[in-house]
Amino acid sequence: MTAVVALIVLLPFAGAAAGLLATRLGTRDLRTRDLRTGDLRTGDLRTRDVGARTERAVYRRAAWFAIAPGAVSAALTVWLAAALARGAGISEGRFWSGLLPGRAEGTLTVVETGSVPISLTLRADGLSVLAGILVVVVALAVQVYSVGYMRDEPRYPSYSAFVSLFTSAMLLVVYAGDLIVLYVGWEIMGLCSYLLIGHWWEDRANSRAAVKAFLVTRLGDVGFLFGIFVLGTAAGDFRIDAVLRADIPRGALVAATLLLLAGVAGKSAQVPLQTWLPDAMAGPTPISALIHAATMVAAGIFVVARLYPAFLAAPPTLDVLGVVAAVGMLGAALAALAQDDLKRVLAYSTISQLAYMAAALAAGSDRAAMFHLVSHGAFKALLFLCAGLVIHHVGSNLISHMGGLRTALPVTFWTMTIGFAALAGLPPASGFFSKDAVISAVEHGTGPAQPFVYASALLTVGVTGAYAARAWLRTFFGPARIEPLAEPPPGVAHVFDGREAPPSMLWPAGVLAVPALLLGLAGSAAGVEVEWGPAAVSLAVALLGAGIVYALWRAAPEQDPARLLGPFRVPCERAFYVDAAYAALIARPVLRLARGVVRADTRVVDGAVRGSGRATLGLSGLVRLAQNGNAQLYVTGLLAGLVLIAVAAVVLT
Amino acid sequence: MTSQAPGLWPPSGPEVVFLLLGAVAVGSALLVVTTRQLVHAALWLVVCFGALAGGYLVLTAEFVAWVQVLIYVGAVVVLLLFGIMLTRAPIGPSAGLDSGNRWAAALVAVATAAVLVTVVVTGFRTAYAPLRPGQGAAEPLGASIFRTWVLPFEALSVLLLAALIGAIVLSRTDIRGRE
Amino acid sequence: MHVVYPVVVSALLFSIGVYGVLARRNAILVLMSVELMLNAVNLNLVAFDVWLRDRLHGGQVLTLFVIVIAAAEVGLGLAIVLAVFRTRRTVDVDRLRALAEVVRAPDSGRPDGEGAS
Repeated sequence: MTAVVALIVLLPFAGAAAGLLATRLGTRDLRTRDLRTGDLRTGDLRTRDVGARTERAVYRRAAWFAIAPGAVSAALTVWLAAALARGAGISEGRFWSGLLPGRAEGTLTVVETGSVPISLTLRADGLSVLAGILVVVVALAVQVYSVGYMRDEPRYPSYSAFVSLFTSAMLLVVYAGDLIVLYVGWEIMGLCSYLLIGHWWEDRANSRAAVKAFLVTRLGDVGFLFGIFVLGTAAGDFRIDAVLRADIPRGALVAATLLLLAGVAGKSAQVPLQTWLPDAMAGPTPISALIHAATMVAAGIFVVARLYPAFLAAPPTLDVLGVVAAVGMLGAALAALAQDDLKRVLAYSTISQLAYMAAALAAGSDRAAMFHLVSHGAFKALLFLCAGLVIHHVGSNLISHMGGLRTALPVTFWTMTIGFAALAGLPPASGFFSKDAVISAVEHGTGPAQPFVYASALLTVGVTGAYAARAWLRTFFGPARIEPLAEPPPGVAHVFDGREAPPSMLWPAGVLAVPALLLGLAGSAAGVEVEWGPAAVSLAVALLGAGIVYALWRAAPEQDPARLLGPFRVPCERAFYVDAAYAALIARPVLRLARGVVRADTRVVDGAVRGSGRATLGLSGLVRLAQNGNAQLYVTGLLAGLVLIAVAAVVLT
Repeated sequence: MTSQAPGLWPPSGPEVVFLLLGAVAVGSALLVVTTRQLVHAALWLVVCFGALAGGYLVLTAEFVAWVQVLIYVGAVVVLLLFGIMLTRAPIGPSAGLDSGNRWAAALVAVATAAVLVTVVVTGFRTAYAPLRPGQGAAEPLGASIFRTWVLPFEALSVLLLAALIGAIVLSRTDIRGRE
Repeated sequence: MHVVYPVVVSALLFSIGVYGVLARRNAILVLMSVELMLNAVNLNLVAFDVWLRDRLHGGQVLTLFVIVIAAAEVGLGLAIVLAVFRTRRTVDVDRLRALAEVVRAPDSGRPDGEGAS
């Protein structure tokens, strides 16, 4: 069974390798020269006949390389889930053992390092398969969607290859049985995130956003790596099973989990490292759906769930996690309420929802966290794909440019409505059940921060309802505010002439709408019981928030309901000035220091080098006075030297 | 060889003659390098070479002495005079025959003289060579040259030929180097 | 005959030749000084030949050879001097500065021998 797991991980990797290396094989003709000299920015190759035809072939081949391995991986994952459901292995008594009791673990090879060995171990159990299904399904949907979304994009082959590589890395994280192997996948994900955010690097802002995302997550990853080291050396083994079974002293455990938490905060965009995620929306929308909503940002939550026994044994870490989650969920939700960019609304919403999962973990329920992770992955990916459809149609990211799209985009409207319902936690969508599980977990939680977290969670439910309603109403209802733009600048998707997007983009959204709608019912059928008391409360709060927004919108459809924030609107829109604070506290001093270093380098170091060169030249000029071309002078010097040497030879010996 | 050597002072008869000739040679050599007239320099050179030839005679090297007279006084000086004439040198005193570094040159020359004289005086103070007339005559020298030194002699003839051709090539203006 | 006498005379002659080579401007005078040096060497050779009573007469034979070589040298040297005179219109040794590195500064106040031709 380990072979199947390895195959699931390696197939997308093979797809990525093929996509990067083999898409151009055999198409080496006019096109290469064409592309080198041609305009890469617009990618408008339709005017060139030969070039366009080969480009079309390359594009089709890259699409096959992207989709086929993903589809096989998805099929294998389903088979794996079925095998585990039959129960072939030991159950450990954690929450997934009721659903998927099976377990498979295999070590491919052991790398001797001299101290703690690294074992290349893959493991599949209920938790892995749960996350794995989410990854392969969303990745497949996104790949299919991208075929339509990235049409006429000259860098589509590398784009799809990076998506495949990302899928492989995420699956490696999910199925890793060893912390170092997990870290490898973790870092490759970061790399792919960087590459894909900067896909349209011609725009300086995009590449800046990519660098920012890379650096901020790297900051957390340093802590993550050292947390792994502390755990591994304390346990004497990097294998997750061994680490969880080992008897680690409490101090080391708290230190290790706190360090791990830094990596989790970086990857899952939690306070205080949340600032990169909204900027990461500069990438193509499918990437936002896959990486920055459904999978990579959820990897932090997944890792905490994976190592949950260790976290449970370190209550201070869980308290910190609870406070971080409480601050993050409410702040991000308020920021989402004030944003005008549809993708940034969804990005802040992602931060807020990830904070929900973190709160559930802090409250002691990894089941609620994973339930919400899966359902959130489904509905947030759906929301992003629908947002991509809307943006494609409008040619702008801004909500203020949208409106009245309900009639123009009926399919998009219905699927996105399902997504927003799930986001706001309205029954019977999946979000209702998973969010209820989280809130009841928080309600039953212990720890000093519990009242604060609970209050924050309830408030956030209301704000979530409000911003979901705002985005929904402003996008699909009211007057149509703008006619489709003619030619968008690079970095923004193309505008379609037709009313709806092509089927390759509609189908993935439609397919994802099914789990977004029904996953909650499936979850409750699988044994997650609904606590109707808290559910009713949170539903009422969510409806209250939505209702306020609806009333405001109803009163003046032209105006933004975000005006209910009043004077807090600008701080919310700026995400409470965290970026500015970081810039003032960290970025600008570092830049100043760097400038100082540069100046010192040019003045002192280079100055010393240049000065020594100039001094040498000057001295050599002095010496060169003797070399004036007069042969007699030369001979004079020669003979004088000869006499001196003779005298010295006599005198000195 | 130095066992029955007489003292340095008083000098014997041939030594007195040699010293006088040497004084003439050194004095005329000094005039050669200090005179302000080019042609006079050549003429003083003749005097110097003649005095040296006399010195050779005193040293019993009579063949060398005649060769000195024939070649140096006869040929070389005439050549030099031709050179002076061909470079349009002025007859009569001309300023600026000495270059700017004459003081450095004088210093080096005096130092060289001091070193050399010190060395030879220290080294050969007691060396004495009894003079035997006839050992530098043409016959023994000719025998030596055409027996022992015949190979260098032939090589020298080739050298002379080469010098002859070289001088012709250098001084003729209608033979040009390869462009 | 004490060897010291001819040897000292030859040392003095040689030094005078050195002075002439180093101090004289005219190339022909330099050639004359070279002849002086060669003669000093000849005197040395003859003196030592007499002192050592060489049966092969190495010293005197070498003197003859040196005289021949000196003749050849003067012939070639004068030819070179004439060639220089033809191209540069001067035979002043210290004005033939082609050995010097070309100074790139345009305001080089140094007189250059090439300017004459």
